[in-house]
Amino acid sequence: MSKAHVYNRDHINTDEIIPARYLNTDDEQELAEHCMEGLDKDFVSKVAEGDVIVAGEDFGCGSSREHAVWAIRGAKVGTVIAKSFARIFYRNAINCGFYLIESADGPGQINDGDELEIDYKTGLIKDKTTGIDITFNPLPDFALGIINDGGLLEHIKKKM
Amino acid sequence: MGMTITEKILAKAAGKESVGAGELVDAKIDIIMCHDVTTPPAISMLVEKGIDKVFDRAKIVVTPDHFQPAKDVKSAELHKRLDEWARRHDIKYYYKLGRAGVCHALLPEQGHIRPGEVIVGGDSHTCTYGAFAAFSTGIGSTDLAAAIATGELWFKAPASIKLVLNGSPAPGVYSKDVILAVIARIGVDGALYKALEFAGSTLSEMSMEARMTMTNMAIEAGAKNGIIGFDDITKQYLDEHLKDKKDYTIFESDSDAEYERIEEFDCSTMEPMVALPHLPSGGVPVSQCSGGAMDQAYIGSCTNGRIEDLRVAAKILEGKEAAIRTIVVPATPSIWKQAKDEGLFDIFYSAGCVIAAPTCGACLGGFMGVLAAGEKCISTTNRNFVGRMGHPESEVYLASPATAAASAVEGKITDPRKYI
Ligand code: SF4
Repeated sequence: MSKAHVYNRDHINTDEIIPARYLNTDDEQELAEHCMEGLDKDFVSKVAEGDVIVAGEDFGCGSSREHAVWAIRGAKVGTVIAKSFARIFYRNAINCGFYLIESADGPGQINDGDELEIDYKTGLIKDKTTGIDITFNPLPDFALGIINDGGLLEHIKKKM
Repeated sequence: MGMTITEKILAKAAGKESVGAGELVDAKIDIIMCHDVTTPPAISMLVEKGIDKVFDRAKIVVTPDHFQPAKDVKSAELHKRLDEWARRHDIKYYYKLGRAGVCHALLPEQGHIRPGEVIVGGDSHTCTYGAFAAFSTGIGSTDLAAAIATGELWFKAPASIKLVLNGSPAPGVYSKDVILAVIARIGVDGALYKALEFAGSTLSEMSMEARMTMTNMAIEAGAKNGIIGFDDITKQYLDEHLKDKKDYTIFESDSDAEYERIEEFDCSTMEPMVALPHLPSGGVPVSQCSGGAMDQAYIGSCTNGRIEDLRVAAKILEGKEAAIRTIVVPATPSIWKQAKDEGLFDIFYSAGCVIAAPTCGACLGGFMGVLAAGEKCISTTNRNFVGRMGHPESEVYLASPATAAASAVEGKITDPRKYI
């Protein structure tokens, strides 16, 4: 079971997810300690393994820093559910083998603290707290191919 | 049906006759830009996966810039990893020490950007190079690693939005004001996943430097790439800057190419613009925000740290004293030298400005002008997100070099037209 951490905002950007002052390292655990710090400095103390970030449009906009994905992954977040994602962030996540959920009407129905159960294969979020079921489009096959291989580099290694 | 310039370049790179919006392609990469923040992790990944190789040592351009020269031990470690890798693979174009500069100003200036090519870089503002009729986009470290090892990447061909710019901007209004006005209208996700194609008569009045300021900020509207067609101004710049490889292919959009939408802008009626915190889309005419007290003015970055920008700022600061901390950062060593040779440093010195060495520095809150809590900075950079230049409670106001310089003189947001 995963707990939802809802940030009811659009354009949550990479400077908020991992401020640039921490970009002098690429150590995932070190980055994780500052995950979401620009937006919510208590996030790291609240989040438990497998929890979910829920947000509005254009999540991850701004810089190309993959550090944003690593910080989230390093903080043991299970996935991010957003109305839409910024392009580079979305691509980086797939390349890292990190599954993101895009859902136009999902975020509006999930409350902070709700317990969620997610079926990535069929594209179903069960909100156990409210009893609401939310469907989403599973990632396209080519992206799943990359994720199932464990990320882009493992994926291309197969072809090399 | 016709194709856009973006589709044509991707088709060529994928070895296809045609490519349509939404199509997935495997494209060959012509140039890869590498800097000190996103490349060291890519190098580590390649080493870890046992594929520590580069597809072509002459198609990779390396420059440390974000924390250049290293600002602390950790960034020094990043530089060291970058340096060891560049030397291990004998990377042909490696700009270091006194040759390093802000990547997106350095690569065109040193002749690495050619029309019709596919350029990627581990930096979101890699879209800058689209000013040269090239397809150019920012990627993260894993993509970068894959591109370095294989020389190929998958892309989903973006649909295009055409921005038609007409009319002559009034004195005191620059391409920075135009792009801030564009983003204020279409929004920070107004071009999400799309190509932003600039067209219209205003372009013929803009230098390559001015055009790069606009394509640089395509990402601030969420775009995958920004692109401008080839013309005599492009040709002249390339004639002066291309060095080793001087041939290139010119593509242009067909008259029946499909656009998702077309937006028109009358640049003749635009005012100098200031993007209020905390989004680049927060642009308002300077008349609506003039008088707001500032603590710092920052003139530099890949958006507006070129020689033309420094000239504009110097003209306003000449014979005056800056009322607030003012930091001038020439984007590359050759811009630095040119500014010095033209006597601009004397003007900045007399005005009480700090003149820094080429670096991204405070643009991303790294060093050399980071803001304290509650401080406000008028900046020629491209992003004013929360905490971008320092403390999460500091504020960044985006503007042209003219507006930043005029505001430096008065210590508050100032319409530059009174000094022109
Ligand atoms: S100058 Fe600023 S925006 Fe440009 S590459 Fe450097 S950090 Fe990024």
